[in-house]
Amino acid sequence: MSLKKAPYELPIGPIHPALKEPINFTFKMNGEVVEEVDFAPGRAHRGIEWMGMRRNPVQILHLCDRICGICGVAHALVFAQAVEQIAEVEVPDRAYYVRTIIAEFERIQSHILWAGVAAHELGFDTLFYLAWQIREESVDVIEYITGNRVNYAIMMIGGTRRDITPDMFPRLEQALQYYEGLLDKMVNLFLNDKTIAMRCKNTGILTKRRALELATVGPTARASGLAMDVRIDSPYAAYGDLDFDIVLPEIYSSETVGDVYDRIVVRIFEVKQSIDIIRQCMKQMPDGPVLAEEKYAKLLMNLKKASGEAFARVEAPRGEDMHFVRMNGKQEAPEMWKVKASTYSNQMAWIEILQGEQIADIPIIVASIDPCMSCTDRVAVVNQEGEAGILTKEYLHRLSVEKTRRMQG
Amino acid sequence: MRATMTPQELADRFVNKFGSLISNIRVKEWCEGVKKTPQKTVWITVPRETLNDVVAELIAIDYPHLGVIAAADNGDQIDLLYHLQVFFGGKHEEIEVVITVEVPKSDPHVPTISGLIPGAVYSEREKQDMIGIIVDGIPDARRIFLPDDFPEDVYPWRKDEKGIPPSMVKELWKVGRPTDRAVPPVAEPEPVQKSDTEEPPSGGATE
Repeated sequence: MSLKKAPYELPIGPIHPALKEPINFTFKMNGEVVEEVDFAPGRAHRGIEWMGMRRNPVQILHLCDRICGICGVAHALVFAQAVEQIAEVEVPDRAYYVRTIIAEFERIQSHILWAGVAAHELGFDTLFYLAWQIREESVDVIEYITGNRVNYAIMMIGGTRRDITPDMFPRLEQALQYYEGLLDKMVNLFLNDKTIAMRCKNTGILTKRRALELATVGPTARASGLAMDVRIDSPYAAYGDLDFDIVLPEIYSSETVGDVYDRIVVRIFEVKQSIDIIRQCMKQMPDGPVLAEEKYAKLLMNLKKASGEAFARVEAPRGEDMHFVRMNGKQEAPEMWKVKASTYSNQMAWIEILQGEQIADIPIIVASIDPCMSCTDRVAVVNQEGEAGILTKEYLHRLSVEKTRRMQG
Repeated sequence: MRATMTPQELADRFVNKFGSLISNIRVKEWCEGVKKTPQKTVWITVPRETLNDVVAELIAIDYPHLGVIAAADNGDQIDLLYHLQVFFGGKHEEIEVVITVEVPKSDPHVPTISGLIPGAVYSEREKQDMIGIIVDGIPDARRIFLPDDFPEDVYPWRKDEKGIPPSMVKELWKVGRPTDRAVPPVAEPEPVQKSDTEEPPSGGATE
C-alpha cells in the first residue's frame, strides 16, 4: 500500500446535490479543509441552442420554457424581447405588466424553494417543510394565471397569450397578503436562528471585488454588496415604471460580508420586494390588448422577413439571463441563438467560495449560489489505489447535520 | 456615485482613443414599459489585436460586468460578440457595450481577455468547444460543456462542414416503438361505429 499524503483528491459528481444540471467537482482536500476546487459542467448538455437554430421563433419560445424548471418564464421572456427588437414588434403596454406580475410570482416561488433547500442542507428539515408548504401558494397563483404549474407557456412574441383581468386581482392580492403575513416569521426563522447563523455566517465568502471580476450575477452578486439588478439598471417590461430599489444585505445586516448568510438575507427581502412590485403593477396596469399579433401564421411570416441582431436581458430569480439572437430574413429559424443562464455566470464563484471550507459545508455553499437544486444521487470517491467507494447524498447530508449538532454542543 | 456618460459620449471616447480601428459604431436604444425607459447599447467592431486595449479602456471608464461572449458562424468568418455592461447599480443608467470581433475561419485565433476580466475564462472555454476558435493565452483550455469522447474538430454552432454531421443527430420520432416487448395483455379495442342518433356515453365530457 502506498503512503497517502495530503492533499487528497475528492471528486464529487457528475450527479450532485446542489444542481439541476449534473456537474463534476474535484476537491483537493487537506484533512477536512478544501484546498483547491475544480469543476466540469456539461454533464447533461442538451444542445438546446443547436435545436433552436433549427426551429421557428414560436417553437423556440416553448423550448425556452423548458430550459429551466424553476425560472420557467425568464428564458421565454428574454427570448421574446430579443426577437421583438429584431422584428420591431410593438408590444401592448398591458402585456408589459402581465409579464412583470408573472415574473415576480416566479421569483417568490423560486426564492422560497431555495430557502427550503438551504434549510434542508443545514439539517433543519422542519424549516424545509415549512418553506415548501408556503411555496405552494405562489405556484397555485401561477397556475391560476397561466394554467400551468411548471412550463407556463404564457409568453408570446409581441405580448402574452393570456391576460390578467381585474376580476383575478382579489386572488392575487390574497396570495400577497398570505406572504406578507409570513414575512416576519420567515425573517425570524431564517435570520434570527442561532444554528443558521452559526453555519452560514462567515461561510463561503465572496468579496465585492471578486464578485465583479468573476462576473457573478443576481442575489449572489448582490449579497457581496455589488449593486446590480437588470430590473433597475436596464429596465425591461414594466420595471421602468415602478418604484423599487436594489436589495443589498445592508437592508438587514449592519455590514456586508458576502457570506451564505447574506445570500439568505437578499433572497428573503427580495420576496418582500416582489410583493410590493406586484401590488404596484396591479394598481398601474393600463387597459388594452396583451398581444400585438394574434394570428401566429402572420406573426411567423413577419418574423421570417426580419433580419438583424439583438440581445435582451432579464433578471431571473437567480440573476441575469441573456439571449443573443441573429436573424437573416431568409429562413424562419434564427441564424444564431445564444442562451446565457444565471448559473453560467455564477459558477466561477464556486472556486473562490469553497476554498478553505470544510467538507460538511460543501452542500450549503454550493447551494448558496443557486436556488435550483435537484435531487442528488451519489458521490463517488476514488482512493489512490483506484478503488471506488460511494458517498451517498444521505451520508453527506448526515455529515452536515452532525456538524450542526456538534456546534450546538 | 460613479460618474456616468451617455452612450454617444462612450462611443466618442472609443473613437478618439482608437480612431479608425473602431468600425461599425451603432448607438441604439430600445424602450419598454408605459414610460418607455430606454435600454442603452453601444455596438462596436474592433480587430482582434485591439480587443484587449478596448477592454482595458472600458475598465478605465468603469469596471464592466461580462454578460457573455456570444459567437456566430458568419460564412468565412466567426463573429465573437463580447457583451459587457458598465454603470450598473444606478437607476436606469447602465450602458451595454457589445464588442464584435471578426475572426477568419482560416486563422481562428483570438487573444484571451481573462487577464483583465478573470471571469471570462468560462465563456472563452465554451467558445473553443462550440465554434472552434482558439483563444490564445487562455489559462484553462480544457473542454467545458462537451464530453471528453466528443469527436475532435466538430463544433455544434458551425454551419459549415465542421458542424454536427447528420450521422450524429438522433431523431426521436424515428426511434419508433420497441418491438421486443411482450404483447400487451389487453387487445386493441374494436373501432366504435359512429352514429348520429346514439346518445353520448355517460361519464364523458359534458358542456
